[in-house]
Amino acid sequence: MHIPDGFIDLKTAATMSIFSLSGFIFSIIKAKRYFRAKVVVLMGIFAALIFAAQMINFPIFVGSSGHLLGAALVSIILGPYAAGIILTVILVVQAFVLGFGGISTLGANSFNLAIVGVVSAYLIYKLITKFSKSRAVFYTAVAVSSWFSVVITSVFVSIELAISGTYSFGLILSSMVTIHILIGIGEAIITTLVVAFIDKVKPDLILTRNWDRKIEAFEDTKKNSG
Amino acid sequence: MNRRDKIFIFAAILAAVLIGTFLSPLASKYPGGVEKVAEKLGFAGKAASFNIKFLIPYYLFPGIKNSFWQTALSGFIGVLIVLVIFALIFGIISLVNKIKNSKSKTLNNK
Repeated sequence: MHIPDGFIDLKTAATMSIFSLSGFIFSIIKAKRYFRAKVVVLMGIFAALIFAAQMINFPIFVGSSGHLLGAALVSIILGPYAAGIILTVILVVQAFVLGFGGISTLGANSFNLAIVGVVSAYLIYKLITKFSKSRAVFYTAVAVSSWFSVVITSVFVSIELAISGTYSFGLILSSMVTIHILIGIGEAIITTLVVAFIDKVKPDLILTRNWDRKIEAFEDTKKNSG
Repeated sequence: MNRRDKIFIFAAILAAVLIGTFLSPLASKYPGGVEKVAEKLGFAGKAASFNIKFLIPYYLFPGIKNSFWQTALSGFIGVLIVLVIFALIFGIISLVNKIKNSKSKTLNNK
């Protein structure tokens, strides 16, 4: 859901850059406790996986395509702060190394994916899993939150395009949401499959599920390395 | 970090490299969501590009004619760059922790 250069005006680009930069710094401060642990290794692995997955566009019925955002996936596995950092790093690499996404729109794209995508996914996931600790509820939360993260992000993209005077809000919103309702299904399927796979091979990796023991993953608990 | 963790890390990195390299050329060439809406509503022409020399412009690895390998190599290099960035972050944090630990040790010895 990358906005290319030229689609949003200067004031929107600048405002979004301030928002996303603040969010990025906030994520780093909040994720500081991760940084002491070897969770950075996990962040690198998931960043590489999401970067690769974002290249794989899957076709949807309306002559369009979508790809995994990954905001829900990393938020559910590593928590929202690590997710925000991961997605921002990916967007920076895409913008400056590959010319993909946009440079003037980097702030907006980072706001949409690393903040809106992550926060919406995480809140919905947390809200649903509050009801029960059962496996069925967990997987429902994974699927529903990843679908919503895509659709809600598309709403924010529409708002930014409309504020920039690119097109009228109503028409942009209805077109964007229609397409992303479909892309969101792809996001939900991929996210659920990946989470199910991790749940099978290394369940302790799903840090948000065992939040209290989170630092133990990949940490040698016998040695107190600090 | 036990043996199982190491295997997992290796397998996950390998998966990222393989997906980025060999699946990326098979990706759908249809326009993405935002591009499709822009085409439909008629503002696709607003897209601008900066006159910047990107390392791998638009996921097409320079100097190669074969379109499969253009995308495959750009995916490969892209994944490596992301990994290197996090390896650097990991390295810096480990170094800072090492310095902190040795400092607190020397203080304790005094």
